[in-house]
Amino acid sequence: MALSKVKGTLERVLDKNLQDLVRGIRNHKENETKYVAECLDEIKNELRQENVAVKAIAVNKLTYLQMLGYDISWAAFNVIEVMSSPKFTFKRIGYLSASQSFHEGTDVLMLTTNMIRKASSCFHLLLTPDLGSQNLYDAGVALNGLSCFITADLARDLANDIMTLMTSTKPYLRKKAVLIMYKVFLQFPEALRPAFPRLKEKLEDPDPGVQSAAVNVICELARKNPRNYLALAPLFFKLMTSSTNNWVLIKIIKLFGALTPLEPRLGKKLIEPLTNLIHSTSAMSLLYECINTVIAVLISVSTGIPNHTASIQLCVQKLRILIEDSDQNLKYLGLLAMSKILQTHPKSVQTHKDLILQCLDDKDESIRFRALDLLYGMVSKKNLMEIVKKLMVHMDKAEGTNYRDELLAKIIEICSQSNYQYVTNFEWYVSVLVELTRMEGTRHGRLIAAQMLDVAIRVQAIRPFAVAQMAVLLENAHVLSNNSQRNGICEVLYAAAWLCGEFPDHLTDPKGVLEAMLKPKITLLPGHIQSVYVQNIIKLYANIIKRAEGQNGLAGVREVGEMLQEKLPIFIQSADLEVQERACCMVQLVKYVLKSQDKDGDTAAAIAEELAALFAGDLNPVAPKAQKKVPVPEGLDLDAWINDPPSESSEDEDRPVGSSIFVTKDNNEGSFYHEAAKAKVPDMTPEERTKAKEQRRVDQAHNPNYLKGDVKKSASNTSADGNLGNSVVELDLSIPLRVPGGIQVAGLSSSDQYMKMEQSLRTKKAGKKKRKKRKKGGNDESDEEEDIPQIHQVSTVEEVPEGAEAMSDKEEDGGDERYKKLDIDLDEPLRPGEILPVRTHRIVPDHKLPEPEEEPKEKKKHKKKEKESKKDKKKSRDSRKEEREKRKRKKQSIPGEADEPSLLKEDHEEIAGDNTPLSSPRDKDMPSGGATATNSTDKMNDYEFWMSSTDAQSPSHSEPQGKPTTEVKVTPVQDITSGDEAKVDTTAHSKKKKKEKKERREKKEKKSKKSKLKAGDYEEAGGITTPSQEVVDPSQLETPVTAKPMSSYRLLAENASIKMMYETRVSPQRGDQLILSVVFTNLTPHLVNNLEFNVMDTLNTKLSRGMGQASHDAVQVPFVLPAGLSNEGQFAFSVDSLVQPTKLRGTLTYMVKMAEGSTHEKVDFRLTFNCSSFMSALPCKSSEFASLLSSGDLTEKSTMKCTPLENSFDVSLLRICFYNHFKVVEKVEGSASLYGRSIQGHHLCLLVKYNNGEITVDGKSAEGALLSNVLADIKTVLTSDVL
Amino acid sequence: MIKAILVFNNHGKPRLSRFYQYYPEDMQQQIVRETFHLVSKRDDNVCNFLEGGTLIGGSDFKIIYRHYATLYFVFCVDSSESELGILDLIQVFVETLDKCFENVCELDLIFHVDKVHYILAELVMGGMVLETNMTEIITRIEEQNKLEKSEAGIAAAPARAVSALKEMNIPQKVKDMKLPDLPSIGNLKF
Repeated sequence: MALSKVKGTLERVLDKNLQDLVRGIRNHKENETKYVAECLDEIKNELRQENVAVKAIAVNKLTYLQMLGYDISWAAFNVIEVMSSPKFTFKRIGYLSASQSFHEGTDVLMLTTNMIRKASSCFHLLLTPDLGSQNLYDAGVALNGLSCFITADLARDLANDIMTLMTSTKPYLRKKAVLIMYKVFLQFPEALRPAFPRLKEKLEDPDPGVQSAAVNVICELARKNPRNYLALAPLFFKLMTSSTNNWVLIKIIKLFGALTPLEPRLGKKLIEPLTNLIHSTSAMSLLYECINTVIAVLISVSTGIPNHTASIQLCVQKLRILIEDSDQNLKYLGLLAMSKILQTHPKSVQTHKDLILQCLDDKDESIRFRALDLLYGMVSKKNLMEIVKKLMVHMDKAEGTNYRDELLAKIIEICSQSNYQYVTNFEWYVSVLVELTRMEGTRHGRLIAAQMLDVAIRVQAIRPFAVAQMAVLLENAHVLSNNSQRNGICEVLYAAAWLCGEFPDHLTDPKGVLEAMLKPKITLLPGHIQSVYVQNIIKLYANIIKRAEGQNGLAGVREVGEMLQEKLPIFIQSADLEVQERACCMVQLVKYVLKSQDKDGDTAAAIAEELAALFAGDLNPVAPKAQKKVPVPEGLDLDAWINDPPSESSEDEDRPVGSSIFVTKDNNEGSFYHEAAKAKVPDMTPEERTKAKEQRRVDQAHNPNYLKGDVKKSASNTSADGNLGNSVVELDLSIPLRVPGGIQVAGLSSSDQYMKMEQSLRTKKAGKKKRKKRKKGGNDESDEEEDIPQIHQVSTVEEVPEGAEAMSDKEEDGGDERYKKLDIDLDEPLRPGEILPVRTHRIVPDHKLPEPEEEPKEKKKHKKKEKESKKDKKKSRDSRKEEREKRKRKKQSIPGEADEPSLLKEDHEEIAGDNTPLSSPRDKDMPSGGATATNSTDKMNDYEFWMSSTDAQSPSHSEPQGKPTTEVKVTPVQDITSGDEAKVDTTAHSKKKKKEKKERREKKEKKSKKSKLKAGDYEEAGGITTPSQEVVDPSQLETPVTAKPMSSYRLLAENASIKMMYETRVSPQRGDQLILSVVFTNLTPHLVNNLEFNVMDTLNTKLSRGMGQASHDAVQVPFVLPAGLSNEGQFAFSVDSLVQPTKLRGTLTYMVKMAEGSTHEKVDFRLTFNCSSFMSALPCKSSEFASLLSSGDLTEKSTMKCTPLENSFDVSLLRICFYNHFKVVEKVEGSASLYGRSIQGHHLCLLVKYNNGEITVDGKSAEGALLSNVLADIKTVLTSDVL
Repeated sequence: MIKAILVFNNHGKPRLSRFYQYYPEDMQQQIVRETFHLVSKRDDNVCNFLEGGTLIGGSDFKIIYRHYATLYFVFCVDSSESELGILDLIQVFVETLDKCFENVCELDLIFHVDKVHYILAELVMGGMVLETNMTEIITRIEEQNKLEKSEAGIAAAPARAVSALKEMNIPQKVKDMKLPDLPSIGNLKF
């Protein structure tokens, strides 16, 4: 026995181990593959042996071979064998190999269920916490390996074991267990909720390693679904201020950077500690991350932070230090962060232009590129010329065509961004483009050409200049055509030839140009350029004839014709089919022209006309998104597959807006045919599809709005037929650009010349005295600078999705299903069923393990532990928190009402009940206050409190963005009961505050004290459900109000068969929209169908019709009305200005279906949107109300007096609140202050006084017209009964 | 998250590759090649960050590398990692290697890639940073080595002797890569 063991050992000794393998491979460099093949055979042999040690060595060698690129998945079973060896040495080898070669796909093929069972059972053994030191590392190795190849099955089986390990006494295991939980969550999202409390505990683990791991995991989780982790912000905040571990700090700060966009209040809290860190830390990594997060904060809350500019300044300063540092890494990161600031605060960055320009000289390419990126954002009308000049100087100096190309592309990008927004002088720009053509060996010839075409076509005023320059280029074609490589600079000739041909009227010497275009060297150019040449030669010819006709000098013309006839044939011999074909046509055409010229004067004159007619018509650019705006023909489902395999999305959809319109980079002549060929493919699909497609084609052919092909093609198509009146989006280019005239072009002009001119103009202007004179001097350059007309607007409009959507899009870009599954609400308390599955022995199905017992026990244990730990911690935390609160309360000199937001929220939810259709999505996300579970609501309140305490510190500024989520608007869509309750609410308020009221008016300080007291009241009641505080039982009310039932539905129109009642609804979130809700009632005993609703739009108010509907189309009401029934339809109106009431006329047409047939009827109506319709009753605290009044913003005043019908102040108030959408801020005997806000954000403050049956309303607002109209509305509401 | 850790020499020969996300073997090789191509053409005095290559990552990913003598240490990370932090981590990694191998050089990595993996496993686990404290890391590694030794016990003695014999000639050439390998040693059969 012993002998055999020794023998085995000896044999093993003689086997090749890893080192031998490595050495062997190094010695067989020339035939490595062969050697490795031999080794693999040996390994296979070794794996067949019984001895685990041999197998382990073999597996170890395999791991090495895997690194060299050999597939070792075939050995998966052996790897598992080695993994399950009891010896640590072998186990480690096995796990290493597994972690290198296993993956999720492996389990399907390789890890049969049996193997998984084996694997997981060995994990289970390993992971069972054992105090022996050996098992510590066994488990460590297992966890480590598992982290690389965990599958959903393994995750489910092992989640519970890992949870247990998280509480191990060994920090080494704890930290690994915590880290691997992230992988478990990814594979088995159900584990997240049960495990989360423990994970959270680990954030405060005594061991820094474990803490760091927990932070790491939560940061990873939060990065994918930040919203769910907002509630942890206070905890992280604490960690941030207490931790000294830079790794942890960096992670937390990065996490905050991801959270701030979701919660602006968080940002405000962060600014101060972050600023402190920036000042104090010596670690560059930490400094950098702090700056990054501060930037994120400043981006998310661009207003409301008092020392906001100071923070920006600090960041920029620190970044400057980084950029000036000799360490290239810091320089790079500094520039990177700078570009983030640039997005929101371009001004602060622009002051460091010098520094950034310096970076262009850096030897490091990455840094230069970063600097270039920055420059792109920094340009303005003023400095564009300067920056471009610098870039061009750089380009001359730069080595390496790569970088030069990059510079060139950047120059063009900078100049052409947002439709040449910053280019003030297009002559300068054309000169720049021409200068750029002199750059050698560039790949961007096509780009330059595209720009030339684009500029010359879109800026009409520049055409004479541009064409003159192009003519010069054509005459010097030999310089450019030197390298005829693809995309080379010769592409410029394409643009030059085309422009000269298209706008020959601007040429001074067309003949000369024509001759230049006929040089034999031209045939060396690429085919697509030659074909443009041929085409434009004829265009020029036509022009020459036409001109000559005017001068009656036909002799010269004849000469030209003969020259053409002589020289054109060289193109016929071209290898390029396109050139050949065009040349043949043209030669025939010229022959024909010459022939007719031979005849007599009349025909000769006629031929000139005819020839010119061939090329008549102007060319207009097409908006980049025109294709998108083409209405989809009915019955066409664009989302349906035409063919089964997924095709690539068409390129024109994601073309950047800024890119040129006429030529795309990869457009070659053949592309059209390619497209055509591609288009034929669907024909081969089933017949229906073909049919539908045919149908669509026919439709398209008849549809003048349809542009064939993609954008660039449509551009060239339309050029041919000149049928442009119908193109969908026509760009208005008629606004001419003022170009200083009188510059005589002699040869190529220089951009410097323009720059100097501009500079001199600027200095001249500086000498003059500012504004006034500028406006007089029409030619003044700077005048252009300030109010230069936008060349056109159409294509710049990009629909910006709402913030939340953008976020989710981004997440989707990151594109992993797994992360979406982890979007789980963590604040909800655990449901009883939510526990981690406990491993059971699946092999024995009828094994009567006390499963049901085990699980609850486990659960209980969890809960108990949780509770205990929570209790402890809570105690400490709560006490700390209380202290903090107390301190805060004492310190606050201004009324805080810290708890108010959450209270308000719950309160209103209670009142509004189901009537709150407008609650923002966040409301849904957050657990509603109704849940009785104390745990989560407590947490929530903690969080809310923590957040809102910032507001308390600076209550003077207006509502932060995030606030509306805590307010619920009481919508006008209420029946009497809710109206009553609103009243109750307000009176309750007023009653409470009554006593305080007088004092409040007298002195601010006193008031603050009072409300401090009040805040205290609220806080004491922290545990109790809050509504009880706010809602006072109606019976306790001082004056029980009896009012007539109110309904905001008004009669719109009525006839014998139909009745329409309407009301308007607005949403404070949509400042431009009004919803009209109409109740249609069928008064006939017949069915009414085909209801069509239509109004005449006014300039201000437009009915939103469906996509693709014309402005006078009727809107189909989406239901039919059976006899005697009514139904409600909603119509949206877009509204521009709401300060004046709007009257609209409209018609409803419908069919009444009777037994003897149906009749078509219509009813006309008049619709009035008075100004009150646009008001929304948002709650307003009296402090806010006071500050609003004292702010001085509300400049307009108005007063209205009337005698109301109802002889009761309360009823009158109620009516105002209900019909005019106001909210009572406070009310005392005989007077009340009311607040309302229009959907476009106008504040309206009213003081309503009641005296002897007469009501006086004093109003204040920033918008006078709105105010007086609303007051008029109020008067109507109070004095008439018709409503 | 760290997506991949690669170590290769000045000629692009892989010395260690650790992918925390699955790629097939041929893809892994391509990634190593591409990364080498990107990194090797950069001077030593330029910054250590690179926008991700085409094969690995995408816009969210960065390549962060350091160049030590003959070796490149490359980490491919996403935006949740701090750039400067990862640079520090590479430094920690290399210093740990230096401590464990006593004056580490490329040959140590060549012949003991498994050990390098074990060391790395103490720093990074499943793409997440596990530990950055060097003393802690070294303690753990040493304890594991001890464990391994105790397991091998007497049985391993002959193996050690043989391997000592095999490596007898190595020390001279160890520190200098340019010396050719002695061809006879590798094929030596007893």
